[in-house]
Amino acid sequence: MPLAVRSVESFAEAARLLAAEEGARLLAGGTLLMRAVNEGDVRITVIVRCTDPGRELVRREGERVRIGAGVTLSRLARAPEAAFLAPVVRAVGGPAIRNMATVGGNLFAHSPYGDLGTAFLALDARVTLAEGGTGRELALEDFYRRRDHRPPPVVTAVSVLRPRDPAAFRFRKFSRVRPKGASVVAVAAHLPAFGGRLEGVRIALGAMGPTPLRARAAEAALEGRSLGTETAGAAAAAVLDGLRPSSDAIASEWYRRELAPVVMRRLLLAEEPRR
Amino acid sequence: MSPKPVRFRLNGRERALFVEAGRNLLDALREGLGDLTPKYGCGQGTCGSCTVLVDGEPVLSCLMLAEAAEGRAIETLETFDGPELDPLQQAFMDHFAAQCGYCTPGMLMAAEALLRREPDPDREQVVEAISGNICRCTGYEPIVRAILDAAARRAGRGTAGGGGS
Repeated sequence: MPLAVRSVESFAEAARLLAAEEGARLLAGGTLLMRAVNEGDVRITVIVRCTDPGRELVRREGERVRIGAGVTLSRLARAPEAAFLAPVVRAVGGPAIRNMATVGGNLFAHSPYGDLGTAFLALDARVTLAEGGTGRELALEDFYRRRDHRPPPVVTAVSVLRPRDPAAFRFRKFSRVRPKGASVVAVAAHLPAFGGRLEGVRIALGAMGPTPLRARAAEAALEGRSLGTETAGAAAAAVLDGLRPSSDAIASEWYRRELAPVVMRRLLLAEEPRR
Repeated sequence: MSPKPVRFRLNGRERALFVEAGRNLLDALREGLGDLTPKYGCGQGTCGSCTVLVDGEPVLSCLMLAEAAEGRAIETLETFDGPELDPLQQAFMDHFAAQCGYCTPGMLMAAEALLRREPDPDREQVVEAISGNICRCTGYEPIVRAILDAAARRAGRGTAGGGGS
């Protein structure tokens, strides 16, 4: 079946095309879709290009920052409104990938890829979808539950909490290849403290399941307490609770289980790994 | 689907060609226009050997839809078309930064993008700039040294300890 390319000017129109045609896929940066096309994935019959003007916005909205789905990782790394995300972006891909890959596309990357989604999950991300012409917002966790459904959801923007204290947001990624490589484990944490006590802790793990996942037991081990060696140890011990990481070309399940508590503890205590 | 016309600037020259729907820019350059400098390595965006500059920024041409190049300025290794080697190319030779040579065009384009933005990069910036380009021969060290040396040569500071290593 030959491929077709359709260009549309709005996310709503893109959503209608994806719903109407089984083999239609939305092109964002191309780092996922063109890969599949190059591999000869015959399920893809229509590539939908979307030039919606809203796709490149980055805007502060109260306690949050709203990021258009088409914002490239390079642009995100330079956006002053989202400076707290720059270290996360720098951990993803080389410069060429970052010039292409988009915020919206990253949410469709399958484990062990999609580090940005891990960071977003710790920042209580909300995803806006184009549906029936009107935008609809849902929590990132709910989005992940339906991202591979048919028709594929069309993401128009992501909104994340802006950490009041930049030091309260932390991200650590462990990869076998330096400086860049796929995550063996990625951990993102939002650790707001009020009068020395942690309140509203959110911890997300990447590459430890089919999508980024909350580490709820580790969150509970920290909530209401102060951050120290003991609480960090308790959180690290609880980090695997309920998780079943998979084995892939990057790492085995066993290795991920060994490593996740170590990366969690390093993140909480701001320790540098021994080299 | 009939082929679509696409026009862009390639290394400063206006070029036009017809592309089949879904064709990537790398194919368009190699098969459509006969510019064989960008290499097909993985077709997955993993190896960086197809790196070209689009409006001055490095992108992976195997992952870019050819028709998305419409109206853009594309640069490949053919951009160095003088009778003499560019100092960047010369530094790669002097430091033995190419062995099998397959990654070299992508490495040079990634390095060129860095040196335009940051004419005096430090080692960390060089490592970051080529972090999306895989080399299976050199172990990267000669490439890093070559890029640092090229920056020095272009700034007229002579060679920062040329030769092998």
